[in-house]
Formats: sequence, structure tokens, C-alpha cells
Amino acid sequence: MMNKTDSNKSTVQKIGGFLGANTVPIMFILICAVCIPLSGFSPSYLLNEIVTRMGRNTFLILCLLIPIMAGMGLNFGMTLGAMAGEIGLILTADWQIVGIPGMVLAMILSIPISILLGLICGKILNMAKGREMVTSYIISYFINGVYQFVVLYLMGPVIPIKHSSLKLPRGYGIRNTVSLLDMRQKLDDLIPLTVFGAKIPVATFLLIAVLCLFIVWFRKTKLGQDMRAVGQDMEVSKDAGINVERTRIISIIMSTVLAGFGMVIYLQNMGNIATYSSHSQIGMFCIAALLVGGASVDRASIGNVFLGVTLFHLMFIVAPSAGAKLTGDSMIGEYFRVFVSYAVITIALVMYETKKRRAKSRMAEQLRLDQLKESEVAEQ
Amino acid sequence: MADKASPLLEIKNIKKEFFGNQVLTDINFTLEEGEVLGFCGENGAGKSTLMKILFGMDVIRETGGYEGEILMNGEKVDFATPFDAINAGIGMVHQEFSLIPGFTATENILLNREPKKTNVISEIFGERLNTLDRKEMDARAVEAIEKMGVSIDRGMVINEMPVGHKQFTEIARELSKEQLKLLILDEPTAVLTEKEAEALLHSVRGMSSRGIAVIFITHRLHEILEVCDKVVVMRDGFVVKEVPAGDTNEAEITRYMVGRNVDTNTDHSNLREEIKKDSLSDSSVIMSVRNLWVDMPGETVRNVNLDVRKGEILGIGGLAGQGKLGIPNGIMGLYEAGGTVVFDGKEIPLNQPRSCLDSAIAFVSEDRRGVGLLLDETLEWNVAFPAMQIQNKFLKYYLGGLIKWRDEEAIRAVTEKYVEELQIKCTGTSQKAKELSGGNQQKVCLAKAFALEPRFLFVSEPTRGIDVGAKALVLDALKKFNRESGVTVVMISSELEELRRTCDRIAIVSGGRIAEILPADTPSETFGTLMVSQVI
Repeated sequence: MMNKTDSNKSTVQKIGGFLGANTVPIMFILICAVCIPLSGFSPSYLLNEIVTRMGRNTFLILCLLIPIMAGMGLNFGMTLGAMAGEIGLILTADWQIVGIPGMVLAMILSIPISILLGLICGKILNMAKGREMVTSYIISYFINGVYQFVVLYLMGPVIPIKHSSLKLPRGYGIRNTVSLLDMRQKLDDLIPLTVFGAKIPVATFLLIAVLCLFIVWFRKTKLGQDMRAVGQDMEVSKDAGINVERTRIISIIMSTVLAGFGMVIYLQNMGNIATYSSHSQIGMFCIAALLVGGASVDRASIGNVFLGVTLFHLMFIVAPSAGAKLTGDSMIGEYFRVFVSYAVITIALVMYETKKRRAKSRMAEQLRLDQLKESEVAEQ
Repeated sequence: MADKASPLLEIKNIKKEFFGNQVLTDINFTLEEGEVLGFCGENGAGKSTLMKILFGMDVIRETGGYEGEILMNGEKVDFATPFDAINAGIGMVHQEFSLIPGFTATENILLNREPKKTNVISEIFGERLNTLDRKEMDARAVEAIEKMGVSIDRGMVINEMPVGHKQFTEIARELSKEQLKLLILDEPTAVLTEKEAEALLHSVRGMSSRGIAVIFITHRLHEILEVCDKVVVMRDGFVVKEVPAGDTNEAEITRYMVGRNVDTNTDHSNLREEIKKDSLSDSSVIMSVRNLWVDMPGETVRNVNLDVRKGEILGIGGLAGQGKLGIPNGIMGLYEAGGTVVFDGKEIPLNQPRSCLDSAIAFVSEDRRGVGLLLDETLEWNVAFPAMQIQNKFLKYYLGGLIKWRDEEAIRAVTEKYVEELQIKCTGTSQKAKELSGGNQQKVCLAKAFALEPRFLFVSEPTRGIDVGAKALVLDALKKFNRESGVTVVMISSELEELRRTCDRIAIVSGGRIAEILPADTPSETFGTLMVSQVI
């Protein structure tokens, strides 16, 4: 009898623990469950949209996993990689190298820029241990300024740009929008496949699969093991002879380089570059998507990425239309999805802190119970 | 290449000073292969400093290195970093665990020494991209655990392990290093249950029979007698006794540990007289603590019952980590606590610092820089700030109390008064607190507490890290404050002699509990025995 109540209790506790640990994804599933019927979209339309957006975004989100592994939290600095990718694309667009070769070249061009920016970012983050997230967030603004200077003033006079279609009317600097029409969805359509009326970007998914395999493999390497060690306890790792600073820098560089690749994939799907704004929100949305998938500041898996990207974009697709149906104003849905991104990040950060605090007070609880037991014994 | 005659480790005339304080003087001892050396001494006796020198810790070089020689197998060694020491075959298990919480025992045992397999990618990008050879890792972990002779689950994640197993994981990690010749265990049994401690002692014997020498530091003297070949007792930076374990007993070791200059104690006798004159036995109880527990990391307090008498100076002593610091910090609400505290007939709610301060209880924290001072502010601010905040002192009222302004003149006056009284060395009352020396900062902390004009004062480690002259002054100031203003003082200190000189009664904390409260003129040996009585 006693045993039964015990096991019942533990089941309840387990369910409670599961709900507690997955608050954000569950919330999103509920929101989507309400919004999908309201929006009135057909399943095949939804499937098509989701698949397209998954292909567009997943690579970018995966690049966040490595810094989390190294204990550096959510890498808002992935924006730096996105800028490097954009510079690569602008140059290839000017050189009129189109299609897949253009993409490959853009990726190659982005590598040295990403490495340099990642190195700077990593060095700065090593000076701000424990405050990596806010620091990387601010660095992304700072480097955005440098990017604007390069693109707005140096491209033309210093970095040769031949085609005036790219340049601002004044003769130097890049236009607000750079068209990638010749590259548009070239990767997505490389291996054509349609399932249930939904176009599947097979080649893109293959690339994503390769990256997933790489991450799985990377966790098994010495460097991956070192990153996990550093992520959990820098002091212990240092005492064991692991070069903590270097390991952290490498993790940021890897993330930045991958973000550069991810940005190229993202923009080939979009078909154009919004020169001054494409990268600005990308970090925020990728991080929100990852968190929606149930990741936290110190824990994220590939599963979190896929669940997150699906749920987050499902909400993105259905919310405006559901909002329009409900209120007659589609802006309300638009407003809602931006609001939700920020809300998710805030909730995730708060939950991370409270979890830490709860773990701390568990010790006090134990002491209190010991004390009670002792007093009872004394009374007897 | 080692000739037979030279011992594994020879320590010759080691001297070390920290900022002019001699902490180690002429330390000599030798250690043979496979020998187990028991190391004991009070806190501050110099044990850990010596071990840090031996292990090549950064802090030693940063503070000016050491004098003397360390010989291993007859050759002089000088370790610049702990890694050199490790390569030379020295392993150390620290008091604080040095383990990665989310890793398994195996991963921790082989941390940064994992066996690896090469692959195509690592050929190009370097060896850090070699994959880990999990099978080989398991095999090596099993081997190390077998060497230790205590079975632990090698696949268990550290987080989920009982404390004892964490300790064993650390030991297994050291044993997995093939070059290991000397293992230093710093209070290894402090966190173990009785059974685990027995297993550990057994395993130490096993290591010694394999030819690994062990330095065993502990406060549990019976363990030393049980497992060691030789006992070294340190006190005040000297080795006071080196004796084969078979030729001594607990009482003798205790006497060597604490019995400093028992015969030459005459210089304090006048102070003793003064204490004796104050017959305090029938004065009333001002603070009564019942069933107090405090969750202060590293200073856990369990079920403390304590009565403080009005007008006395009560000392609280004990070894580090036994919970003496937890008592004031818990009562003052700085760490989570439970139980009841009755002050002057009224119960004080715990976990609310303000409630203590409102009852005119003040606290001089052991954490001068963190809790005690506003480092970037002037002395005036530091002295007057709490009084201003808590008691609305040093304020001028305008518009019927609607606007409160600081009364700068009153603040300066009170600061000057304490600067003079406590002989705080400063350029003026507007100097910043961080510019003062440690001793003078401590005096400012006292002044701050005095300015509150409390009825009850907790003083935690008032002389930690300050020089001898300042020590005497601080202690005298406390005494004067107690005797002249009738303020009850509870003083927490690691230094027994200091407590014996200053206090009327001394409570010894051991294992988070009060072992006993005795008059200050009780012999040191008795206190020493109490200190180690319930060590956990």
C-alpha cells in the first residue's frame, strides 16, 4: 500500500517535472493548436511553408549548439557570421558568379571574415566570463557598425564593385537590396522532389544532415569533450591542463563560420539580401526558435533545434492569419510574433536563473529536514 | 638513476613568508617510497602552504616563492606549475572537489588524458579532432578503480553520486596516472561516512604496499594512528614533532598541535586575571539560540543551542569548515537559516537582516571587502552609512521630516572620533576605504559597528589577515567596547589563543554543532580535543 502511494507520487512528480522542464514547447504547441484551425490554412499549404522555412533556417540554428556546449550560453554573436556571409554574397553577386558555384564561393569568402570576427568576439568574451550573452549581444551591435562602414563607404572606392546595379546612385556603397535572382533557391531545387504537394529542398536538407552528423561526431572528439568540460567547470578544466581560453575561442569561431554558411543558405532561399537589415534580427529569431524547442542556456540538442524550428515557424505562419480572422487586423498577428520571440527569450532566461536558485535552496531544505528529525529523536 | 640511499621525497629547510609574515620556518622531513605520512596541525599551522609549495601552485610564486630545497629521489626539484609536479609523479586530492559535474566517473578519471583514435579529419586539422576511445577509457578507469580497491560505478554522472564516491573518483583519477609516486590527500575523510572512511584507509594501505607514498592530512587523529607510518605535527609554521605512529597517541598529538608555549604563557596572565574578576555565571541570558541550522556553503551549522549571557565576551572557536562562521551569518540573515533566536525576550525572525539590525544587533563580517566595506567610498561614509540607514542617525530634517539631508558635520565628527580611538592610519576621514591596509580596514569595520551603538555585537574573524600590532589593537578595542559600554560581544575566531586572551567563555564548534562551552582559562589541550571531537 505504502509502496503504491509512493510510486503514484513519483509518477505525479515525474509528470510535473516533465511539464516544468518543457514549459515553453508545451505553451507553443497549445498556441499552435488554437491558431491552426483559426487560420484556415490547408494542411498541404502549412506543410509546404514549414518545409521551406525549415530548410531556410535550420542550419543557422544548429550553429548555436557549439557555444552552448562550451558553456558560453546563447551566442548572439552569430550575427557576426551572418554579416560575413552577406559580404561573401555581395562580392559574388558583383562578380556575377551564379548558382551553386556562387554559393560555394560566397561561403569560402565568408570563412576568413568569420574567423577574424569570431576571434575578436571570442577574445572579448574571454574577458567577460559569466556575462557572455549580454556581451555578445552588444558586440553584434558594435560589429554591425563596422559592417555598415565597410558596405556603405568602402565598397566602391576601396573594395572594387563593378556593377552599378549594386551601388547606390551616388556611386559608392551598396544599395538597400541586393538581388540574388540567379542564385535564388538553386540549392533548394538542386534535387527536385515533391511530396503531398510540398516542394522538398532535398539538397538543403542534406547539408543540414551533414552538419547534424558533424555535430554528433564532434561531441565525440577530444575538442568536443574539452568544450563540454570547459562548459561545465572552467576551473576544473584548467587544473586538468585544458587550455580553457583557447577552447572557448575555438567554439565561438566555429559557431561564427557555420553561421556564415547558414546565412548563405538562408539568403539563397530568400533570393535577395536586405543589405542593412537581413542580419540584424537573425540572431534573435534563431535563439528564440531554439528556446521554443525546449533548449536552455546551458543545454541544447539537435532535437531541440528541429522541434523549435517547426513550432516557431508554425506560429509565424498561422499567427498573422489567425489574428486577422479574430480581429480583422493582420497587424495584430505580426505584432504578436515579434512580441512572442522576445517573450520566449525572456522566459527562458528567467527559468534558467530560477532553476539554478532552486538547486541551491534544495540544500537548505535538506538541512531543515535533518533538524526536524533530530529534534524528534531528542523529544522521544 | 635514483640511487637507493636517497629517499623519495626530502624537504630541506623550507621557509616561506607572506607579506612579511613568516608562515613556514625550517621545515624538514623525509618520505620513503611507499611510506604513509600523517600530517596534522591546527588551521594556520602551515600545512596547506607547505602542500602548495610541494605541488607548485601559482600562489606561491606570485607571493615571492620559497626558500629551501625539495629533493625527489635525491635530485633537486622546483615546480613552476602544478603540471610539473604532476609530471614528476605527485598527485593531490584537494579538499574541494575538482570534478566536472556532468561527466561520468570514467570521463573525470581520464579528464584531459583520454586515449584517442586518429581519423581523417584530425590528420588535417590537428589532434584535438581525434575521437575519444571509449573502450580504452573504460578499461583504464576500471584499472584505476581496482587499484584503489573501493568499488564505484564508473558510468555514474558526478552530479548523482553520493559525496563519498566523488572523493573516490578523485583518488581514482590520481591513481590512473602511471607516473604517480606520491599522493597527497588533504582531509580526504572529511566528507566520508564511517564505512567509506574505513574503505579509504584500507585503500591507502593498498597504495603504500604498491610503493606509492601517501601524505595524509586530517583532523581525525585516530585515522592517522591507524594508517600512517609516521606522524608530523605542525604548529605556527614549525614542525614541532616527527614521530613514528606506533610511538604516540591521540592525546600526545593533540598536545603538540595546540599546546603552544604552555609554560611561557605568563605574558597573558594579567589579561586572564581581568577575565576571572568578571564573575558572569549568574548574569542573565540576553540571546538564546535554539535548534539553529544554517546553510552556509562550507560552514554548515546543525542543531546549535547556545545561550549568550548579558555583558560577556563569548568566543566561538573551531577548525575551518566546521560551522563557526555559519552561526553569526545565519543569525544575521545572510545565509538561509532555521530554528529560533530569542534576543532580550523577543523572538527575532530569521532570514531578515533588517530585523536583527533593528534589534540593535550589529555584525562585523569576516568578509571585509565583500560585506563589510563600501570600498569605493570615504571613511566617513563607511562609518556612518549603516547608522544612517538603520537608525536615521546623522540626518538633518527639513520641512517637517519630508526632506532628509546628511549631516556632514556630525558624520565627520564621529568618524574622527573613531579614527583617533582605534588609531586608524589614514590621510584623513575622506580617504577611500580601499586605500587602507587590511588592518586599518578591519578597524573601519569595527568603527562602523560601534557607530550603530549596538547592544549586541557579532565579530567574525576580527584579526584575519592583519599584522600583530593591529591585532592587539583590534582586540583591545573590542574588549574596551565590551567592558565600558556593557555591550555583549560574540567573537568568532580560528585562533584559539586569541579567544583565550579576549573572551570570558569559549564555545567550540565541531561538525556544525557546539561541542562544549568552557571558561576561557581552560587549558588549550582541552579545547584542542573538543575541536576534533565531532569533526565530520
